[in-house]
Amino acid sequence: MEGEVKIGVYICNCGTNIAGTVDVKEVAKLAGGLPSVVIAKDYMYMCSDPGQNMIKEDIKQLGLNRIVVASCSPMLHEHTFRQAVQDAGLNPYLFEMANIREHCSWITEDPKLATEKAKALVSAAVRRVYYQEPLEVREVPVTPSILVVGGGIAGIQAALEVANAGHKAYLVERESSIGGHMAQFDKTFPTLDCASCIFTPLLSTVGQHPNIELMTYSEVEEISGYIGNFQAKIRKKARYVDEDKCNGCLVCVEKCPWKAVSEFDEGLSQRKAIYTPFAQAVPNVPVIDTEHCVYFLKGTCRACERFCDLKAIDFEQPDKEVEVAVGAIIVATGYDAFDPSAITNYGYGRYDNVFTALQFERMCNASGPTGGKIVLKDGSEPKNIAIIHCVGSRDKNYHEYCSRVCCMYSLKYSHLIKEKIENAEVYQFYIDMRCFGKGYEEFYERLSNEEVKFIRGKASEVTDRARTEEEQGKLVVVAEDSLMSALIRVPVDMVILSTALEARSDAAAVARLFNISRSADGFFLERHPKLDPVATTTDGIFIVGCAQGPKDIPDTVAQASAAAARVLAMISQGKVEIEAATAVIDEELCSGCKICNLLCPYSAITFDEEKKVSRVNEVLCKACGVCVAACPSAAITGKHFTTEQIMAEIEGVLA
Amino acid sequence: MAKLKVALYWAASCGGCEIAQLAIGDKLLKLAEAADIVFWPVAIDAKYKDVEAMPDKSIDACLFNGAIRNSEQEHMAKMLREKSKIMIAYGSCAYEGCIPGLANLFNRQMIFERVYIETQSTDNKNNILPQTSCQVPEGELTLPEFYDTVKTLRQTVDVDYVIPGCPPEEKTTWLALEALIEGKLPPKGTVISHNAKAVCDDCPLKRDVKKIKKIYRNFNIIPEPEICLLEQGLLCQGIATRGGCGAPCPQANMPCTGCYGPVEGVIDQGAHFLSALASVIDSNDPEEIQRIIDDIPDPVGSFYRYSLPDSLLRGAIIR
Ligand SMILES: Cc1cc2nc3c(=O)[nH]c(=O)nc-3n(C[C@H](O)[C@H](O)[C@H](O)COP(=O)(O)OP(=O)(O)OC[C@H]3O[C@@H](n4cnc5c(N)ncnc54)[C@H](O)[C@@H]3O)c2cc1C
Ligand code: SF4
Ligand code: SF4
Repeated sequence: MEGEVKIGVYICNCGTNIAGTVDVKEVAKLAGGLPSVVIAKDYMYMCSDPGQNMIKEDIKQLGLNRIVVASCSPMLHEHTFRQAVQDAGLNPYLFEMANIREHCSWITEDPKLATEKAKALVSAAVRRVYYQEPLEVREVPVTPSILVVGGGIAGIQAALEVANAGHKAYLVERESSIGGHMAQFDKTFPTLDCASCIFTPLLSTVGQHPNIELMTYSEVEEISGYIGNFQAKIRKKARYVDEDKCNGCLVCVEKCPWKAVSEFDEGLSQRKAIYTPFAQAVPNVPVIDTEHCVYFLKGTCRACERFCDLKAIDFEQPDKEVEVAVGAIIVATGYDAFDPSAITNYGYGRYDNVFTALQFERMCNASGPTGGKIVLKDGSEPKNIAIIHCVGSRDKNYHEYCSRVCCMYSLKYSHLIKEKIENAEVYQFYIDMRCFGKGYEEFYERLSNEEVKFIRGKASEVTDRARTEEEQGKLVVVAEDSLMSALIRVPVDMVILSTALEARSDAAAVARLFNISRSADGFFLERHPKLDPVATTTDGIFIVGCAQGPKDIPDTVAQASAAAARVLAMISQGKVEIEAATAVIDEELCSGCKICNLLCPYSAITFDEEKKVSRVNEVLCKACGVCVAACPSAAITGKHFTTEQIMAEIEGVLA
Repeated sequence: MAKLKVALYWAASCGGCEIAQLAIGDKLLKLAEAADIVFWPVAIDAKYKDVEAMPDKSIDACLFNGAIRNSEQEHMAKMLREKSKIMIAYGSCAYEGCIPGLANLFNRQMIFERVYIETQSTDNKNNILPQTSCQVPEGELTLPEFYDTVKTLRQTVDVDYVIPGCPPEEKTTWLALEALIEGKLPPKGTVISHNAKAVCDDCPLKRDVKKIKKIYRNFNIIPEPEICLLEQGLLCQGIATRGGCGAPCPQANMPCTGCYGPVEGVIDQGAHFLSALASVIDSNDPEEIQRIIDDIPDPVGSFYRYSLPDSLLRGAIIR
């Protein structure tokens, strides 16, 4: 260690945020008495310019070579203070932060306890900083391209932003066409503009964009590397149709004699065994569904092959593995709709005329299974329709969260029903109307004037057991009208369940693949709910759209653009800083036991067969510390988290 | 050169360390040439008062084996420390507490009740427990005080060197004695052995992929020869144990139980082994992981067999 250690300690008041509870003078006094501390003081706002300047001045005047700031969370200002320290010529890793706001003043009203804890944390930081060593921040070049996973509106927007800025975007979509849920809609709230009018042009732009490499019917299988330099292995599943030869005439679809239930139409129609999910599919190249193609099942037919003039059908087509190098990854895998058959009371699956929201969405769509007509199972027109809100949302048994869009799309349905069926009666069974977005309250107002019946109360049951003449042959929605405090029974022809948006069923696997976390609700977890809503804890990997949580299209698009801006900033910098606090293996201690070899999530550890020791590639190491904890010989040290530093910190807390 | 004066003593131990000292065989003659053995209760008749009578620092080196379980042992450790220039913790009991130290999972009362009252072979109708003092017609009888916890020698007196092992291998013993005789002792505090790295470094078995799906006890499995035992699901603690022994156990198909203590620089051998083991359990499914680790019969006895008193926790907290 170079020369004498001289520590400066700064206690922030954070206005009254800290000083209102913690006795900052007393904490500073304690710090002043700790070994090697040259100066300890408190100040109103340490993060302000004068606060930072005070540190810089003291470094110069007093020759300080270690700095401790006790203030807020390092998530918030570690970077600020490291920068200040660096401006004054000190290595930023000679700085340590103690969190006496989130960890002390904000969690208790007891000034004595808060002050005691603040003292313990400051004494820990002081003892730790004594052992801290200068580290070199490293920079690596950024590959100027991006991988976008998921081709819904979120992924499309992100890919377009990056591609329009002149950089390569690889857009990987699991289904045979991009579009996601938005492609299923007829109109979108609150403006009621036609979804395909605004969306179809976007789809085709993506399909034709010179900077977008679209990989549909594909899935990412493996990610390696780190921010700025990821490698992705992508499996392009065989569609049995040669994308280069096919011109989208779809004669094959017409000639195919075999049918299956249409996923895109939510089970309301049938499609062929060779199909495109919808008319405006991008790319407009069909796929063969091997589970329903009779050639794959029984070895005969090949009708499509016979009729295809361009010889695009290829029954022997193999899956293809593609590897791409990208600088950043945007995960836009969207949501699943909640399956309401779990709530047996509502009779979905039991009663013909109970539909899910997405089914109704398809029914309203002019190119949908009914050509845009709202009809009952028997083809007749319903006269009265009930819409039940919060199916699977705001419900302890399913999802506690609010799905954020159901009130609004339910309102949208009221309007569509009124528009399409004269004198139709619409009942909305709601818990609370949540119309929070721009123009949403106005939309609600407008609908209120369209004679929609709003019933405040959660529906408890949908039944066909009639109690009165009037209920005969109808579906009866039983609910408590909480405004009238009365149990009511409303006979209707059709029930629409406003189902929740939930995390994709494979979200856990996807989270593992991209090394990102999930919040308790199952959606992917952002780095910070307010200050960093599109980043994740893995640098260079972003989340956008409903993959991060339920949201409407405007919010989805905003997030996608935000993430794209972050990626573009990275690309235009040309380089990124990577963690300096890497792991190192002491060859004098490594026994070559190989415990660590397979643990590194970034494949940074290799084994030197000649010397029989393991080694960390510092460029790949992300300083996660996994190997450090695992090494039974303590041969691996996590820089900036050495045993000495951690023990000193513990002793400081206990002192 | 004047002959060295050497003392050997035993405290809470099994006697194996004495056998290990004898096991150096004809090198004993070399020792006898270079040193006079002034105190060695197992072999030479001497009384405590003889030691008491020796001037301070008149013994050149004391090889002390055994942990500190009672007041007599503490007294002797302190006395020998006074009388010796160099204090050497010989063997695992003195170094880390070893098997006697596992008693730190209980306190004195629990141990007494178990040993003097509960065991099936005990016939103690009046529930008499050992007392430090007892009046009989002939006068007062005394016994050393049995402590609540076992301590290591280093937790009792200042120790200059450690010779690890349960018991130390012959070559390790001689490495230390030779250095002593030749006046080439390493810096104070050194744990003397041929290898500062873990046993794996001594071990010729082939290591490949550490992924553990099932844990076996020794009698459950006949291991494949030449393949790392840990990779075969045996809890070989060579990965977390100081080498220098030459890895005799794994070479005889017996997993290392950890007797040479932690690798240089490691605080808490058991925790390090546990942490390494946890890292290579090959499952992400909490239930499966639970099933796998349920096969560990006695975690403390397995991972802290030699080092409980010297570990961070030192034993169970009994309230
Ligand atoms: C019934 C209903 C009506 C709605 N109406 C409106 C409305 O009128 N107005 C409005 O603003 N919002 C509305 N919404 C909300 C709207 O659907 C979402 O805001 C929007 O679709 C979110 O887009 P996304 O791209 O995040 O997700 P998605 O649309 O779900 O797209 C995700 C895409 O990722 C693909 N994918 C998933 N996993 C993978 C993987 N592992 N690899 C590759 N690709 C993958 C999927 O196939 C899909 O194409 C409605 C929602 C519902 C349920
Ligand atoms: S775990 Fe430690 S001792 Fe084992 S190979 Fe890795 S670095 Fe070496
Ligand atoms: S700390 Fe170890 S496991 Fe983690 S990234 Fe670095 S080398 Fe890999």
